[in-house]
This record gives sequence, C-alpha cells and structure tokens, in this order.
Amino acid sequence: MAKLALSERILMNIEKPARYIGNEVNIVKKDLANVDIRIAMCFPDVYEIGMSYLGIQILYDMFNRREDTYCERVYSPWPDLDRIMREENIPLFSLETQTPIHDMDILAITIQYEMCYTNILQVIDLSNISIFSKDRTEDDPIVIGGGPCVVNPEPIADFFDIFYIGEGETSYDELLNLYKEYKHSEMTRKEFLIKASNIPGIYVPSLYEVTYNEDKTIKAVKPIMDGVPASIKRQVVVDFENSPYPLKPVIPYIRATQDRVTLEIMRGCIRGCRFCQAGMIYRPTRQKPVELLKEYAKLMIDNTGYEEISLSSLSSSDYENLDELLNYLIKLRDTEHVNVSLPSLRIDAFSLDVMSKVQDIKKSSLTFASEAGTQRLRDVINKGITEEDILNGSREAFLGGWDKVKLYFMLGLPTETDQDLYGIAELAEKISEVYFDTVPKEKRNGRVMINASASYFVPKPFTPFQWAPMILPEEFTRRAYYVKDCFLQQRNKKSLKFTYHDANISILEGVLARGDRRLSAVIYDVYKQGAIFDAWTEYFDIHRYMDAFKRHNIDILFYTTRERSLDEVFPWDHIDAGVTKAYLAREWEQAKKGVVTKNCRSQCMGCGSAVYQGGVCFEAKN
Amino acid sequence: MKLRIKYTKTGVLRFIGHLDIMRLFQKAIRRAKLNVSYSKGFSPHQVISFAAPMPLGMTSEGEYFDGEFDLVTSTADMMQRLNDTLPEGIVVLDIVALPDDAKPSMSIVSASDYIIFRNEECEEDIISRLIEKIDDMNAMPVVEVMKKTKTKEELTNIKPGIYALHEYVKQSPYTEVYDKAIYMMLASGSILNLKPELVIEALCKQAGITYNRYNYRVHRLETYMGERTSLQSLGTVGKHF
Repeated sequence: MAKLALSERILMNIEKPARYIGNEVNIVKKDLANVDIRIAMCFPDVYEIGMSYLGIQILYDMFNRREDTYCERVYSPWPDLDRIMREENIPLFSLETQTPIHDMDILAITIQYEMCYTNILQVIDLSNISIFSKDRTEDDPIVIGGGPCVVNPEPIADFFDIFYIGEGETSYDELLNLYKEYKHSEMTRKEFLIKASNIPGIYVPSLYEVTYNEDKTIKAVKPIMDGVPASIKRQVVVDFENSPYPLKPVIPYIRATQDRVTLEIMRGCIRGCRFCQAGMIYRPTRQKPVELLKEYAKLMIDNTGYEEISLSSLSSSDYENLDELLNYLIKLRDTEHVNVSLPSLRIDAFSLDVMSKVQDIKKSSLTFASEAGTQRLRDVINKGITEEDILNGSREAFLGGWDKVKLYFMLGLPTETDQDLYGIAELAEKISEVYFDTVPKEKRNGRVMINASASYFVPKPFTPFQWAPMILPEEFTRRAYYVKDCFLQQRNKKSLKFTYHDANISILEGVLARGDRRLSAVIYDVYKQGAIFDAWTEYFDIHRYMDAFKRHNIDILFYTTRERSLDEVFPWDHIDAGVTKAYLAREWEQAKKGVVTKNCRSQCMGCGSAVYQGGVCFEAKN
Repeated sequence: MKLRIKYTKTGVLRFIGHLDIMRLFQKAIRRAKLNVSYSKGFSPHQVISFAAPMPLGMTSEGEYFDGEFDLVTSTADMMQRLNDTLPEGIVVLDIVALPDDAKPSMSIVSASDYIIFRNEECEEDIISRLIEKIDDMNAMPVVEVMKKTKTKEELTNIKPGIYALHEYVKQSPYTEVYDKAIYMMLASGSILNLKPELVIEALCKQAGITYNRYNYRVHRLETYMGERTSLQSLGTVGKHF
C-alpha cells in the first residue's frame, strides 16, 4: 500500500477522502524500477465524474499494456482540498503511487467540455508545472490534451505542449516510443515536439502561428517552420473490433456518477443531426460484433461484480444486432442478477417490450429527443424524428403502462420562429391527448406527466451550424418565457410541465467552443481570480468572466451572435476532422432550405470520412 | 444457509465509509462467485446485513456481516475466494454457519474493544501521558464529558460504558507499528453505546492535554455480544463447515 500524500488531519477534514487514496479494485500496480515512461492521466473534474468516463479507462488499460509504461490517474481536487493544498503547498499527486505529478514524464488531460478549462489550469498549477507551455523547461512533464474539445483546441492552445486529435488507440505508441528516445538522448524538448508534430494526429500548437485580419477574424494558421505539417488529421481507429477494451476497469469505492459496467457497442453515428458535434467528429460509424460484445459483457460483470450494465453509443437503436444483444442481456439479468440500464432508444414496440422487462414501468419515463417543436424546424436540424413517431411511440407506451414522458428541446436553433416555439407546447399537449384517448379512466393511476425541458443552443465547430449565430441571452429568456406561456394556454396544462436551463453557462460555452487563441489570456485571468469547477453552477460566476472579457477588450458577441460568412477562416481550419468544410457548407445551405439529408446507411452524402477506409462507409462493400 | 463473516478493515481503507464498504462486499461476493441469496421483487438485492457501522478513520480486525446463501462450499474455500478478490486492507478472517434461530448480528452487539495509538503527525509522548492517568480514571466513580448531540450539548457520565481500560503491550498484526497503546473495552450497540473518542477526551482532560481527534488512531480488536459479565465474540455462535 502506497504511503498517502495527504495527512490524517487533512483527509479527516475534507469531503469524501476516498477520492484521494487510490488503492481501488483492479488498479494497475507496477515495479517502478522496470518502468521507463510514467504517465498521469487526468480528467479535470471531481473524482466521481472522472471515474465514470469510459475513455480514461480505455487509455489507462491501453497504456498499461505497454511494459515500459506506467499510467496512473489524477482528478481535480474538490475546492475544499484545493484550498488546503494551496495553503500548505502540497503538490498534486497521482492516485496509484501518490507520486507528485511533477515527477511524471507526461501529464495527459482529457477534455470533455469547455467548462472544465479552468480546472485544467488548476491541475497544471497544483502540479507545480508552469501554466504556459512556453515557460516549461526540460524538467517539466509534457502536457498533452485530448478528447472531443480538442477538435478546436485554440482557446487553450497556450497551456498545452501537445494536443492529440482524435481517438487515442492509433498514435500513442509512436508518440511514447519517440518520448523514450527523447528521454534517453540529447534531444531537446523543442526537438522532441517538432518530431512529434510529424506523428499522425499530433498537434503542437507552439509550432503554429495565427495571423488576423483587420476585422479580427483569422487570416491564417500556419506552421512556423518547414517540416511541420500544415494540417493535423483526426485519428480514427479503423479496426474498432480488435481495438483494446478495458475488461477489468478500475472500480471506485465511492459511488461514481456511472456506477456500472459500460459496454461500448458502437462509435460514431449515422444520423447527421446538424447541431450535433459528436455525430460529425466520430465518423465513420463503426460497430463491435455482437458475439464479442456478449463475451465482453459476461467477462466485465465477472471481473467487476457490478450489478448493472449499460450500453454506450451515440444512437444505440442504430446498432445492427441490438435485438440479439438486448435479449442476451435480459438473459444475464435473470441468471446473474444484473440490471440492464438502457440508453436512449428509439421508442417503438421492440424497445418498449425490452424496457418493460428491465425497468419498473411505474418509476421510469420515456424520453423523446425531439429537439424542435415543428416538423419544419426538425427538418432544418435534420433530426429524423417525426410527430407521428412521437405520438405512436407514446400511444404504445401508454398502453404498456407508462405515464411519464420526457421531451428535450433546444431554443435558439437557426431559423427558429415563435411558431416553432408554440409547437413545443402543442406537441406536449398532443401527447397528453393521446394518453386520454388511449387509457380508459378506470386504468389511470394518478396523472399523466409530460415534462418538456429546453436548453440554449450552442453552435459547435465541425458541424453544419458552425457558421450559425447564437441568439442573445435576452432573446433566449424571452423565448423560454414565451414557451412557458404557450404551455399555460393548453387544455391539459395540468399534465404538462416546461423547464429551461440556466443561460449563463451556455453563453460561455458559446464563446469557448468557437473561440481562438486570444481567449487563453481570459481563461488564465479568470483562473487567477479564483475560478475553478465552472461546470458546477454553485461555483460558476459569470461576472468573473464578463469582467475578464472587458479587461482584455474582447467582445463576446464576436464569438456568439456573429453569423460567419462561408469563406471565413476558422480557428480550427488547420484541424482535419474527416468531415470536409465543403460538406458542412452544403449541409448548412440545405438546413437553411429545410431539406433533410439521408443517414449514412441509406445513402452516402460524401462527408469526407470515407478516407479512413472503414466503418459504415464500407459496410455494403464487405 | 446463514453465514457470519468476520473481516478486517485496515490501512488506507479507514477512509472508506460504511455504506461504501457494504457496496464493496456486494461486488466482492459476486466476483468471488459465491451463491448469495437475493431478495424477491423488481430490483433484487443481496440478503446481507452488517453488524456495527464504523466511523471514518477507524480501522478494525473484528468486523462482521451476516449473509444468506443459497449454496455454500466450505469455510476454507469461501474465505479463499473472497480474499483472492478483496482489495489490500480487507481480509476475511473467518466464516461460520449460524444456527437457524440466530439473531442478526446488528441486533446483538453489546460491546467492542479498541486500541488507541498515536497518529504519526502528533508528539511522541502523548500516549504515555494519557496512560499515566488511566489508574486515576479507573478509580473515579463518575467520569463526565461533554456529549454533543444534533440539538444540544450536555455533561454525560461515561463511566457505565467503560468495561475495561488499561495499557496495551502487544502489537496488533493489523495496524502500523506503535510504541505505546491504550486498551479499552466499551459498551456498544443499541442499548448503551460509548465512542472511544469520548474516553480519550476524558483522559486528555485528566492529563491537561487539549483533545484533538486527529492525534489518535482508533483500532477495533473485536465485536462482542452478551451480558457484560459473559461477553463472547460475535463469531462464537456459529460453526465452521
């Protein structure tokens, strides 16, 4: 058992000390004498969130398969411990061996959402590593960022030595081999970074220079020297079937947000919803064979002792052998006492039948991600669900005994009018009418509940809506109130409920998502003002950001409400995500015309991802 | 069949709370492929119950839980299978089969004994200074300390809950090495319950030391049932199989 980095007095004075002691079941232990490369893998949020994330478990397992490498974990210390570590000068440490992060070779940080940017600085700072990559020396670990946010890493470019663009399964071996060479030779840090920039998917931001036009838009992003590639290609694991998967995941002692076995069945999505970044940046869609998944499910349940299993994918209903897989899991439920938690499935007779077997109908609710209130707007966003689908699904569900329905919407989608907003209330009303038409009085227990909730639409890079303006927060509030009024006008208003998200966090996401390098200074500034855990409403302070934008002369409307022209150079244009800008532009034009686009299985729309030579693009040809 | 399982909780696992230890065992039992019984109903759960919840920070070599099993093999086999899958810090020490009419361990706990030793961050002679006051305290008819409840604070006589108090000269194999330790046997359970911290606090008062709970490590040696005059460890009611 490793000696703990924190004392008894500290551990007994903070919330959930189990976050910091490591020693969990299935952790990897290695003899440090036989290890050449030490990696600290970080999820920059609290332990319970970070431990729920599949990606780290995949990379942890993958790195530790290398004999010369020892990968350990580190998470953001919660504000109570953060304060103590600063007061007492305690350096941030890894969980497995409780080693200071500064003693590691590599600090690898996964970046899942924009609101964790200040936590990234917290982790680097508490590790006693210089916050800006330009200030780091040969003694500092190499700081690498990865994950979905790094398709536009520019707002945090100044803090990282390297970004790994895309899926970790492909290029890390080559990068680690190069690191080893660097460590055992006279090679300088700079020389290492230049060599690394030639590995597929590796982006070294300090080797690129950004120039600006007079109107503040970007003129160009170019390498500062020969021998550094002009564009960086997002990595995709083509042989998804045989890519490593963590069959013995680390099991936290305290309850994590996802306290169950997670089985990744598919990566990518065939649907092409125009607002959805994940649907674009994980292309092409790849599936794991059902026989392999059955084997994995059983092994992981045996290796962990978890009593619940859930499926992970962007759209499980599109997994081709879903029936067979779910039937197998239901069988496991009976023999192994495993609960099956279902991801959002398309609601139809089959999924309702499965749900009725694995859920307590009385306690569960159905979810429709309608996203928009009218068919016109659903066509604009290419959300392939119709009112008929929703009403039929609801009818089947009500007949099956459900009486709670959840509906998700976004406000502020391109071309949205008050008619679309009224449509949200109208759709909810129609669902309640289906209930009263379908379920006879004597069979009704209590009241049917239709809960609609709306979030504030944030345009993301590498989506057809990357050119779209975001609406002003005042307009979001007006629209939200308007929808609320529309709900009150409905006949069954007592069965309908409408809630909406806080606008402030979305504004910030809007700035950061499509931001550029000029924002690094702001992020550093708000961090210095004390901002951490911005993804947590209780710690997030919008004024801290607004003041900093003012100090740095940054007009946030430049990033949020401005409509971009088709020929504008984006901060992320030097990242090649697979989907081409020409395809996205076509989709943006089609969106404005309200023309829908077929899914990848029905027809190839030429998005550009076929260059990866795998997945759904080649399904028919196999 | 109803089994009683005795286990340790040592080292860094003292920072894992009681509910999390229960969840840890639920998973370990499944990994060990033991045929534990499940309750009926829509979301079945394992039929297991724990004897005495332990506060955060305390270690123990005398914890118990009871479990209902559909099928059992042997004490040795089941111990081995659990110990192969449990994390460092938790060791199953014994498993016995209980008679059908055995009461749940939670309801019969009547006493526990503990050793107290110095946490490495505090000054070296602190335990010796407390040991010097043990005889005085044993001679006192009434030992009063401030007891805090959720709503109020009041002077309470803890003497009736102290069954034994003396220096401890052996070294437990389940704790860090210490040079000096105090032994105490105290009432625990639903009828009368005395926390070891209150006894340390009383000793500190005698010795003129400001009480600070992080200066001390508390380690439970055993959990008992029965009357004060005939205490037996919880495992004695069962048989090996």
